[in-house]
Amino acid sequence: MIYFDNSATTAAAPEVLTTYQTVSQAFFGNPSSLHALGNKADNLLQQSRQQIAQLIQAQPEEIYFTSGGTEGDNWVVKGTAIEKRQFGKHLITTEIEHPAVKNSMAQLEQLGYEVTYLPVDKHGFIDPADLKAALRSDTILVSIMAVNNEVGSIQPLKEVADILADYPRVHFHVDAVQSIGKGLLPMLRLPRIDFLTFSAHKFHGPRGTGFIYVRHGRQLAPLMTGGGQENNWRSGTENLPAIAGMAKALRLLLTDEPAKVQQQQAIKTKIYQHVAQKAKVTIFSENTAKFAPHILCFGIRGVRGETIVHAFEEHDIYLSTTSACSSKKGTISGTLAAMHVPDDIATSAVRVSLDENNTMAEAEAFMTAFDKIYARFELINS
Amino acid sequence: MEYTEIMVRYGELSTKGKNRRSFIDRLFGNVTKALHRFPALEIHARRDRLHVVLHGEDSAAVMTRLGQVFGIQNFSPSIRVERDMDQVRQTAIAMIKEQYQPGDTFKVNTRRSDHAFELDTNEMNTELGGVILDNIPGLTVRVHKPEITLRVEVRLDGIYLSSRTIKGAGGLPVGTAGRGMLMLSGGIDSPVAGYLAMKRGVAIQMVHFFSPPYTSTKALAKAKELTSKLAPYAGSIQFIEVPFTHIQETIKNKVPEAYLMTVQRRLMLRLTDKIREMHHGLAIFNGEALGQVASQTMESMVAINDVTTTPILRPVVSMDKNEIIKIAEDIDTFNLSIMPFEDCCTIFAPPAPKTRPNLEKTRVYEQLIDVEGLMAEAIAGIKMTEIKADEEFLAQDQSEIASLL
Repeated sequence: MIYFDNSATTAAAPEVLTTYQTVSQAFFGNPSSLHALGNKADNLLQQSRQQIAQLIQAQPEEIYFTSGGTEGDNWVVKGTAIEKRQFGKHLITTEIEHPAVKNSMAQLEQLGYEVTYLPVDKHGFIDPADLKAALRSDTILVSIMAVNNEVGSIQPLKEVADILADYPRVHFHVDAVQSIGKGLLPMLRLPRIDFLTFSAHKFHGPRGTGFIYVRHGRQLAPLMTGGGQENNWRSGTENLPAIAGMAKALRLLLTDEPAKVQQQQAIKTKIYQHVAQKAKVTIFSENTAKFAPHILCFGIRGVRGETIVHAFEEHDIYLSTTSACSSKKGTISGTLAAMHVPDDIATSAVRVSLDENNTMAEAEAFMTAFDKIYARFELINS
Repeated sequence: MEYTEIMVRYGELSTKGKNRRSFIDRLFGNVTKALHRFPALEIHARRDRLHVVLHGEDSAAVMTRLGQVFGIQNFSPSIRVERDMDQVRQTAIAMIKEQYQPGDTFKVNTRRSDHAFELDTNEMNTELGGVILDNIPGLTVRVHKPEITLRVEVRLDGIYLSSRTIKGAGGLPVGTAGRGMLMLSGGIDSPVAGYLAMKRGVAIQMVHFFSPPYTSTKALAKAKELTSKLAPYAGSIQFIEVPFTHIQETIKNKVPEAYLMTVQRRLMLRLTDKIREMHHGLAIFNGEALGQVASQTMESMVAINDVTTTPILRPVVSMDKNEIIKIAEDIDTFNLSIMPFEDCCTIFAPPAPKTRPNLEKTRVYEQLIDVEGLMAEAIAGIKMTEIKADEEFLAQDQSEIASLL
């Protein structure tokens, strides 16, 4: 099996599962309980937090555990809307955000908030000048993803941060789900960025867990109220096995990160150069430093993306039609539509997404399969 | 700079007449213990100085530890070179360059124990002052209170240069004043009292009362961790935990509420005194500050102190709370001390304890309980632990957690 759909999800690492199982059995106490079992669990919880903080160069009190990327995005968007409603009701995001952000924004629009959706150019990048023009005195949040999940474009967060330096009261949120472990930490930790969303299952951690980074001093209204966990910001008994597993997965992910990133980039380059030669191929992810090293989105003109996915599946190779979240609905990719890719080309798009476990040999096998599939479609398509 | 040795200057002990040798021996022992993690070191205690020869060990880490040893006035990281003026000049220039800030002034201060050396002290001062001025533009000479003083010592075995003098912890070597018991609760004051006792040369042992299930194991762990914070000043500290539950329950049952606290304190003092006797201690230290709480009025001290003639020394007695906190922060015990675990001083605390207990009544009420029997029971249940620096007690399961993460 060749798994090239790592942006959809990843297999949990064996070490992570060992941690998950041990914690489930040996640290089953509720971290809020006063007795020794509770203390033991709380100790592990705090050390997990500390490790995660250290790995992303933050402070432990800046880390809040969530149930994953969707909750993180919902929380920052709606939590800001509630927290800062007396300062304004205007929010800014982009046309290419993950639905967790986009649909949270849509829900806020129904409640009377105003949202500006920044457009992207044909390569999938926002123009910082558009942001500058969109900012108002009642703007409370700017939410821009670091790496687009469908085409891999890296958004110009530095320029955004520079603009927002003049708007110190505006919350700046970055969805970092696709960017962790891809050599982009210095950009994510720009001092102006207030909130970051992370999801564990994208880096071989357990499902149903994630965390957000909240810059010291920033306030966020809770969405989950209850027993007061997570500094009373996110109630609910902590999912300790998953949290400890995530802390381990993150450590493994960031060990030897540069070499891993280099390998993914090399595989992407190889596949890119191979498929780019074909006349009917359109590539949406350029092979430059402006795109993430692990995402390659391309289409074969005249063949539906879904068909390409199934064709590769016959070779035991797994990719997806752009974002897994929208792929089942058969709709056109939101990002490609925002890039004004014509519908007939956009429907052909598929996404190869790599991680550190992929090898050059897999790239070779992929290319062999690609050639066969391409030739087969050429017959019916000419 | 790659320093070759650290020159340590003694504190007050130079004034101590014929006890000097024993003071130096004790300091030598304490320095050796404090630096036991650096195996390559060679330590020589001489009459006027102590020399720590680094043999490649990290000078900054060694100096951090040295800064915690009482009995040291100051120390200087130094470089030894051969008795060769070229080497002396090069080292002097490099040393000043590293330290120099725009606008600084300097002087050279030479001492010779080898009077046969080619240059005398004045010649050496002039020679080195000249080359430094030539090589570091902007630097000027100032004989009176310069920012940088380059000290040069010409000895038979080589020439020693140093330009920094770092303030030591002061005080007297721990152990030179004898042994004392510290009543350690877990609050802010008693660790500070312990620190101050050690500063004056006392080797302290911790006496901690705990009352499970009224106090949690975390309170005990906290007291141990506080001990670990103080251990660097002494090498290691004996921690003595005394079970106090039965005594507290009995007092609560038998003694009128207003006198609970006073009688309880008397029992603590009696037990501490008994332990002191067993360990050949000379005095008892505690963290009482006058007027801070009900047990710390002079009337309470009269009623409590009544049980012994052993000196009870209260290093923080006249300090304001914020003065105590300042020291607690400096010795890094403050954040631990404010962790909110109930200790045995606060359980059963009556809403209105007597701030002016009557001595006669106190004695009468104490007779309502079996003092001897209860004390014997508590002494029999004592547990002792030798605690060193950097030990963790609050965070348990460390290795298990490390393997999980």
